[in-house]
Order: sequence, then structure tokens, then C-alpha cells
Amino acid sequence: MDFPTILQILDSAVRLMTPLLLACLAGLYSERAGVFDIGLEGKMLMAAFAAAAVAYATNSAWLGLCAGIMGALAMSAIHGLAAITFRGNQLISGVAINFLASGLTVLLGQKIFGLAGRTPALAGPARFSEITLPFAEALRPVPVIGPIYAELISGHTILVYVAFAMVPLTWWVLYRTRFGLRLRAVGENPASVDTAGVSVTRLRYGAVAICGVLCGIAGAYLATGISAGFVKEMTAGRGFIALAALIFAKWRPWAALGATFLFGLLEALANRFPNLDLGIITVPSMFMSALPYILTVIILAGFVGRAIPPRAGGEPYVKER
Amino acid sequence: MTARPEAVNGAPAIELRGISKAFGPVQANKNIDLIVPRGTIHGIIGENGAGKSTLMSILYGFYRPDAGEILIGGGPITIHDSQTAIRAGIGMVFQHFKLVQNFTVLENVILGAEDGRLLRPSLARARGELKRLASEYELQVDPDAMIEDLSVGHQQRVEILKALYRQADILILDEPTGVLTPAEADHLFRILRGLRDEGKTIILITHKLREIMEITDNVSVMRRGEMVASVKTSETSPSQLAELMVGRKVLLRVEKAPATPGAPVLEVRGLRMVDAAGVERLRGIDLDIRAGEVLGIAGVAGNGQSQLLEILGGYPEKGARLEGEIRLKGAALPLTGSDARARREAGVGHVPEDRQVEGLIMDFSAWENVAFGYHDAPEFQNGWLMNQAAIRADASAKIERFDVRPPNPELAAKNFSGGNQQKIVVAREVERNPDLLLIGQPTRGVDIGAIEFIHKRIIALRDAGKAVLLVSVELDEILALSDRIAVMFDGRIMGERLPDQATTADLGCLMAGVEPGTPPEQAIPPAMGPAGVA
Repeated sequence: MDFPTILQILDSAVRLMTPLLLACLAGLYSERAGVFDIGLEGKMLMAAFAAAAVAYATNSAWLGLCAGIMGALAMSAIHGLAAITFRGNQLISGVAINFLASGLTVLLGQKIFGLAGRTPALAGPARFSEITLPFAEALRPVPVIGPIYAELISGHTILVYVAFAMVPLTWWVLYRTRFGLRLRAVGENPASVDTAGVSVTRLRYGAVAICGVLCGIAGAYLATGISAGFVKEMTAGRGFIALAALIFAKWRPWAALGATFLFGLLEALANRFPNLDLGIITVPSMFMSALPYILTVIILAGFVGRAIPPRAGGEPYVKER
Repeated sequence: MTARPEAVNGAPAIELRGISKAFGPVQANKNIDLIVPRGTIHGIIGENGAGKSTLMSILYGFYRPDAGEILIGGGPITIHDSQTAIRAGIGMVFQHFKLVQNFTVLENVILGAEDGRLLRPSLARARGELKRLASEYELQVDPDAMIEDLSVGHQQRVEILKALYRQADILILDEPTGVLTPAEADHLFRILRGLRDEGKTIILITHKLREIMEITDNVSVMRRGEMVASVKTSETSPSQLAELMVGRKVLLRVEKAPATPGAPVLEVRGLRMVDAAGVERLRGIDLDIRAGEVLGIAGVAGNGQSQLLEILGGYPEKGARLEGEIRLKGAALPLTGSDARARREAGVGHVPEDRQVEGLIMDFSAWENVAFGYHDAPEFQNGWLMNQAAIRADASAKIERFDVRPPNPELAAKNFSGGNQQKIVVAREVERNPDLLLIGQPTRGVDIGAIEFIHKRIIALRDAGKAVLLVSVELDEILALSDRIAVMFDGRIMGERLPDQATTADLGCLMAGVEPGTPPEQAIPPAMGPAGVA
């Protein structure tokens, strides 16, 4: 493999990992606050549809992004209501959200656009365009660094940069701010927060809302950044892969970056080498495409060391005497 | 932060007037009046379910009272939530600590009382403040230690520090010594006295008469939701308090005839156990129990008693390595590859330490729980089906004989009070007449009436010529019931004593791992009140 090929694969991995990273960080906020969320998939899907539909109608990717965030937030509100206010089972609520999004997007899409669940293709300002960073062309001739800057670092949509900026930001919020301290505490022992006179409910709603915003950006990126429009079930399990990455990362922001990069890289490799020729045998394309999902199963089965989730995760908080 | 009422000169720290609180049909607090003078330690004592915790929860803002008035420092105040209580200068140390296990001490202390949006300045200030409090009140804790690495005693100090960091003037402690060693409890009392001398007001909720007598200035007694007495501690006695608590005379000492030990029932030789994590929990235990005798195992919780009971009961911890020998009536019992059922069939009854986890299925009805473990008995079978009628009839009879209240076998186990849950478990095991009864913490969280009853049944079983292994962290209980006392420390039997020859000081030394005779480093617990009122 030569240098330009490697760069191309890495570049593709960066694009593909972006929705995973955003969803993974979304899940991180929610689960660190003690609200398990297997509805990341549904939130992203809803956001992708809302973003594509509004971007098409208004011809503005930015308004699409707003709509995507609102769509995901609506799903978050349902999850919050079920899991926090009514103390329901968080897994069931998450499953319900996934089904709801899967059905609702197709239904609305068919009703509005009549294209069998698709939205019309987006073009121009209805999509996020790629940004060329300053001096990208000027630096290109510089050996090694030039191509890395011009190919890999420059030339992505704004949402990719947002996703990567979210990693240090999340770390900072989590470990350096009052909100982060309380967020982590409420996921470990909500009683400690409650007896300190801080509202468990408000904190958890806050975390679930942040989760919605990030899922919204992830969904908008899928529909208006990486593709040009919404397609039925376009998240294709990315919400679950993000969840696997979150466990792999042991609920830590920097590790989430690494974990989602691994998944992005696998997907990029599968795209680049559909039929990987290893000399003796040719790996079939189906296997290559299945790689991220196989890794997900391996991670979820616990083959990568013990991951200790937040201790109060999955449990509604009931004040005891 | 202006909610703190102005202190009126000479006004009591806390005054409650006519506080009432009902949960559905249950009247938890009835027209409670309470005055706690500033700078005193005030004990609140009462049986389980007497309403002590409810009253304190009202004071800390967990519940709103249905009626009544709260005055802090002479000024009336409405406590909506914990935040109001904290601002009014009330701090609470719960029985189950409200700490985040994987946070440092500092992080736990500032949680909810941060100075601003960023943590760094808060942490710096808390570090200095902790240093000051540590030197002032003997509250030394490493500020950077993780809570999960701290001993229970140190975790409790963190809870006290949390309250002091929030500038609490009134400190409420709910059953603070339940989890402490005698030395730790002593240290806690020194801290509390120091706080009182600085003018803080302390409310101590406990069911241990000894602590009330030792440390409080005043004591209030609660019974069935009512405040039945408030007296100066110096003007009362343990037996008077016990009487007030239950509303009738209780037997402070268990009546029992001298034991007539027969043939050995249980012989344990060189029992060692290394748990899955590689920690040696039992370091060579030798025990003998004869027919018609109660062997009491005293010791601070966590010194191997639980492991011993589990091994004898047939369910050692998974992954543990065991060696040694157990003989029941001369026949060797397998150490591993056995289970609780095989042990029951061999004649071992077991009342486990934690009834809610090991003794009962909380969502199942009482009659099912009474049958558990013995549901395969031939009289409960109807071909290959369960003979529900027979099981129900059997359960009803046992529930009646053990005075389980309410006497309704259809009620789920979780709907009974702690004492009645325990009676269900004891009824199940004792009524089967086992040759050996293992009984762990028989009266933990059980009210005095039920304690008396359970103690009588244990003695009755002994008098019927059965062997009893009693494990309890309550020294009073061990002293009242045992014919011989063995003290466990760090997986070993430190020594054996006869109850009438053992002094509490002597046993306290053994429990702390100190051979009596050598000058002990740790403080010896002072003389106990009359035994039996654990």
C-alpha cells in the first residue's frame, strides 16, 4: 500500500467515524448520568430524516441541522419522560424509540415526498460543503506533512470538525466543571447528589438533552454531510456500533475517539477493498462489510476486558427513606 | 444563602411542634414535640418502625409534614427540600452513606457545594478547609483517596466532613455505629464530643442503649409514631428506656437453664478458604459444637464469619479454594460440590445473615417462602405436582406458631416488617428440627418484641438437644444466648470464653485482634448495659 492510498483510507475513515463519534459522545453524556440509551440509533435516524426534509424544503443545510437537532431532542424528551419522570425501563424505552423512528421516518417520508421513504436528493446549499482549510493548496507540495494536511485534515464539512472538537470539550466538561462532577456523580450514586440538595431529575434531563443534540448533529451529518438526502434505515446500525464503541472506550471521551476511529477504519477498509486478496484466499466483500458488526459483537460479548458501567446506570432514581 | 434563620439568644437549636406525617393509612409520626437545646448531644431511641427515621427525614427535607411547625434556632422555617435544610445549617449522616465510590474524598466533599462553575478553585478551597477541620476535630482523611479504598469508619468521617464543609450547626447521625468496630465507634464518639464542645448540636438516632447512656445529654424515646418521653440521660437507666421503647417490661436477660452438652454434632478442623480474588478469608478454623449447646461467634463484621456460614451452609463463594474437614455427627461433609439442599438433607438448618437476599424471595408470598428449601419434602408432593394445599396449611400453622404479623400467608415477603420477615425464615428452619442450626445475625434490624421471641426459639431448640452455631456482631446477643463464645478476627478464632467468665473488655480485645494481657493499642469498649437489648 502506498502513501496516497493510506491517506485516502484514513481520510475516508475520518468521514465514516464522525457520526459514530458524535453518537458515542451522545451516549457518553446520557450513560454517565445513569440513563442507558440504546435509542441512539432511533434518534440519529429521526434527525437524519428531519434534517434532509427541512434542508430540501428550505434549501439550507443549517436549517436542516436545526431540524435534525429538534427531531433528536423530541426523541430524547420521550426517553427522558419514560426513564426519568415515570421511572420506566430504560432499555424498553430505547427499543421503543428505535421502532418509532424507523416507522415514523418512512411513513412521513412517503406521505410528504412519495418516494418510498426517501427524500429527494439534496444539492448545493442544502448540503454541508467541504471546507478547505487555509494554505491547504500551498502546503500540498511539502513532503509527508503537506498531503496529510491537505488530504486528511483539510477538506471536511464543518460537522466533522465539530465532532472532533467535542472530544476535548467533553473531557473538559466532565472532569473540570461543576456540571461534569454532578453528572458523573448522578450516574454513580444519585442519592449522593440528592442529599447534597441537587436535583437528580434536572441533571438527568440535562444529560439526555445533550445526548439529543449530539445525536441530532450525527443524524444531520449522515443526511446532509456524508450523503445527499435521507434513505430508509440509513443509520444502518451506527447507533449500536456507537454503543459498542462507548463500552469499548469504558465511557471515557478520549478513548471514545480511539474506539470510533477503529470502527471508521474498518468501514473504510471494507469500502476500499471489497474483495481483499490475501494471495491464497480472497476475502469476500460480505465479510469485509460485516467487519464493524463482527467487532461490535466481540466487544459486547466482553472479550475486551471488563468494562464497568456507571454504577447507577439503568436504574431509575427512587428516593428512599 | 440567607435562608439561615437568625439565632435568637438562648433559643433551642431545634424545636418541633406537633409534627404529623401519614403514609396512606399508616401514621408514621403523630403530633411530635421535640426540643433540642443548642450544644447538646440528643439521642433518639425507639424500635424499628417507631418513626425515628421519618422524623429525621422531615427535618432534612425528604418529606413535608402533614401538620406541625419546625423552628431552627428559634425561627420558624419551612423545609421544602434538602437544599433548604442544608442552608438552615442541618447536616445528615445517613446509615447508608451517600458517597460516590469512585470519587476522591475532595470531590465528594464539594459535590453540591461547589463555589462556582469550575472545579479547580472549589477543590483548592476544600483542601484547605479539610486540613483545618481534620486538626480541629480528629477527622483525618486523605483528601485524595478514593472512597472505595477507605474503611467504613473513614467513609463515615467523610460524611461528617461533608456536613461540616457545608457549615452545619446541627448534625444528625442515623445509626452511626452499626458498621463500626468498637475502636472506630470510640473515635466517632470523641469526634462528636469535640463537635458538641464547639457548640454544635448533635442528634443521634440509635437502637443501642449503651451508646445513649454513654454519649448523650438528653434522650427522647419514640414508640409507634409518638414521642413518649424526653429525659435527661443522667436521670434515666437502660431498663427504664427499654421499657419506654416497647411499652412493657422486656426480659433483658434470656431465661435459660444450664446447657447439658451431649455428643459432638459439628466438628470443623483446619478450615481454610481463599476467595476468588486470592484473599485468604479463613486461616485454619477449628470448632466443635455439641448437641444441646449454643456456640456464639463474636466478632466485627467482615472477619470471615460470613464465609464460615456459607461454607457450612453448602454454598461457598464461587471460585474459592477450600481445605480442611467438616464432620456432622461423625460423618464427613464434602467441602465442595455440595449445595444448600444437600446440607439441609443432612440435617443442617440455616438462617442466613441477610434475610432479604439469601433468606427470602421478597416478591413471593409468605407460604412459598416458608416452604423454600423444603418444597421437595414428600408431604408437599402430589405426584409430580406441588401439593399447594398441604404447603399452605403447613405455612399457616408455622406463621401462627411464630406469631408472624399480619398472619396472612398470601402476603408477599416484602410486605412484612423486618422482624416478621425474620420470623418467617426462623420458622422455616427451626420447625424442621435440624441437628445443627446455623443462624447469622438473627436479630439484625428486628424490633425488641421479635428479638425476644427469636431468642426463646433458639434456646428451645438447644434444650431439645440440637446444636446451634450463632454468628452475631451484637455482643449483647452473643453474651445472652451462648453457652460458649468463640471470637473471630481476620479469619481466625482468637479465643474461646465462657459467657459468665468473659468480660466485655476481654472480648473487645479479642475482637480487635489483641491478645488479652498485652496492653491494647485500641480503646476497649466501656462496660455494656444489661445484655439482651441489642
